[in-house]
Amino acid sequence: MKNKAKLLATPYLVWMVIFIVVPLGVVVYFAFTGDDGKFTLSNLGEITTYLPTFFDSLSLAAVSAFICLLIGYPTAYVIAKAPANRQRFLIMLIMLPMCMSFLLRTLALVAMLEDQGIINNLLWSLGLNRVSLIRRPSAVILGMVYNYLPYMIMPLHSVLVKMDSRLIEASQDLGCNGFKVFSKVILPMSVPGIISGVTMVFVPAVSTFYISKKLGGTSTAMIGDIIESQFKTSYNLNVGAAMSLVLMVIVLICMGIMNKFTGDGEVDLL
Amino acid sequence: MSKELIRLTGISMEYDGEAVLHSIDLDINDGEFVTLLGPSGCGKTTTLRIIGGFETPVSGDVYFEGKRINDLPPHKRKVNTIFQKYALFPHLNVFENVAFGLRIQKLPEAEIRQRIFDMLELVNLRGYERRNINALSGGQQQRVAIARALVCRPRLLLLDEPLGALDLRLRKDMQVELKRLQQQLGITFLYVTHDQEEALSMSDRVVVMDKGLIQQIGTPEDIYNEPRNAFVADFIGESNIIDGVMLRDRLVEFCGRKFDCLDSGFGANEPVDVVIRPEDIDIIPYRPGLIKGTVSNITFKGVHYEFIVDVDGFKWLVQSTDYQELGSTVGFVIESDAIHIMKKSEYSGVFGDYSSFSQEYDEDTAAPEDSDEEQG
Repeated sequence: MKNKAKLLATPYLVWMVIFIVVPLGVVVYFAFTGDDGKFTLSNLGEITTYLPTFFDSLSLAAVSAFICLLIGYPTAYVIAKAPANRQRFLIMLIMLPMCMSFLLRTLALVAMLEDQGIINNLLWSLGLNRVSLIRRPSAVILGMVYNYLPYMIMPLHSVLVKMDSRLIEASQDLGCNGFKVFSKVILPMSVPGIISGVTMVFVPAVSTFYISKKLGGTSTAMIGDIIESQFKTSYNLNVGAAMSLVLMVIVLICMGIMNKFTGDGEVDLL
Repeated sequence: MSKELIRLTGISMEYDGEAVLHSIDLDINDGEFVTLLGPSGCGKTTTLRIIGGFETPVSGDVYFEGKRINDLPPHKRKVNTIFQKYALFPHLNVFENVAFGLRIQKLPEAEIRQRIFDMLELVNLRGYERRNINALSGGQQQRVAIARALVCRPRLLLLDEPLGALDLRLRKDMQVELKRLQQQLGITFLYVTHDQEEALSMSDRVVVMDKGLIQQIGTPEDIYNEPRNAFVADFIGESNIIDGVMLRDRLVEFCGRKFDCLDSGFGANEPVDVVIRPEDIDIIPYRPGLIKGTVSNITFKGVHYEFIVDVDGFKWLVQSTDYQELGSTVGFVIESDAIHIMKKSEYSGVFGDYSSFSQEYDEDTAAPEDSDEEQG
């Protein structure tokens, strides 16, 4: 029986080996070899020049995840408290933008924020001065929040909707007013949702390249952009691979730290 | 003992236009153990939730020590609840679950620790402080729930079918333990259950409810020996309920015979319900002058036999230690103090006949009732 069950996982195992394990091995190989194919650590050394970019990427992604949390938590809470049929409708609304291409959504944002874009034209027609909205870190954050917000709301909603109403009554019974019910019961019990939401926003945000390319200026290049340029313009596969590897390690460390907060590993997503 | 703690006056409640409580009046005294007893959907849990502050009655008032508390939210009431299925906090360990109420009150840490250790001692859970809630057995979770509520030293403890999820053996132990705690701490208990045996063995007073109405309030002895109507007689223990006519004080006629009884105060020739408990009937081989019946079913119950006896089509339940043959003709010997007379009510004729013995009776005793009460 047990062997049969394992057999069912074979397609995925094959998939994983071909498209995850092997490429990972290739990345590691390139990261530690030079042009001549010999072992070297110089690729990692070269990364140090991009340290500020690493730092910017991490902080932009962290800020985006935090803003997503601030917007997403109340939204998820309101949806979870709504009657069941309205909940389905609201969830559909949240999911709807995800049905559209990520590139299209970012380009739409560009069209709105540009110097000659929709918002500025509107301001101009109202007799106001144009403002510069694009090519700045805040525009990149806006783009990331806009694109990744549903990934924050979904896990939060699924935790909040499962919350047992009797636990809330029990806390009221034991003396909690509205605020304390939230801070002592609802918030601590939604930590798993917060962790997976933050992870699902932070991880893609830290390695994004398209959003920053379109919405950020030259000064706000993110690590994803640099990696992309290593492969596509500089043709320096080895440095690109090394940077990918370092980024992966950093992300894993971040996730590990976040997981510490859940205590008993309740996060199924990781 | 006799100081009034809770008073409900004219409490009515409805959900979506459907009435679940009809103008309930109830007084609970300080230090009392009161049980709300009734079948699912009788309104007992709703009554409890109104006192706890989780439901607002459509009409009527709730008084706590003479003060009207209708609009007081749950967290300001000096009442704690043990919820059905406990509602323990899964993100906290045993110690922190019990500490929850005390931390909200911002008591000094030393006092919190002292009170929790004392309380865990009381419910036999010392040494379990750091345990995860989900790593506990049902009985242990039950005791954590009790400790969590009692450590707050409420004036009134509400218990909503607290033993419903436990197996029979554990339930018996916990009954004794709860009664001990109640007497030791002197806290007023309001206990909700559909288990009549639980109600009888633990309570100072039992409130029998059905269809959103209080059917009878009294001591367990009163309720058992002097049921007010056929519903109470049937719900509390087993009863044969027979149509009779009260000829005059202390003389009743049923099954074509006249019997002396102890009841009086009925009108001359008033039709009544006569209750006779199965254990109060002696069956002997038939001789003229007795009620005559035929044994149609026998079940051995250990302590005694249970006979179904057919008397002119009406099936009586009789419990006796003396064996009688299946199909034999027997006579009943009924003492005058075994006969209890009730006024006719809407329940007359609904209960008290064991003709559908095999289905109904077995269902009543064997199948545990679904403990899920209406939750609103």
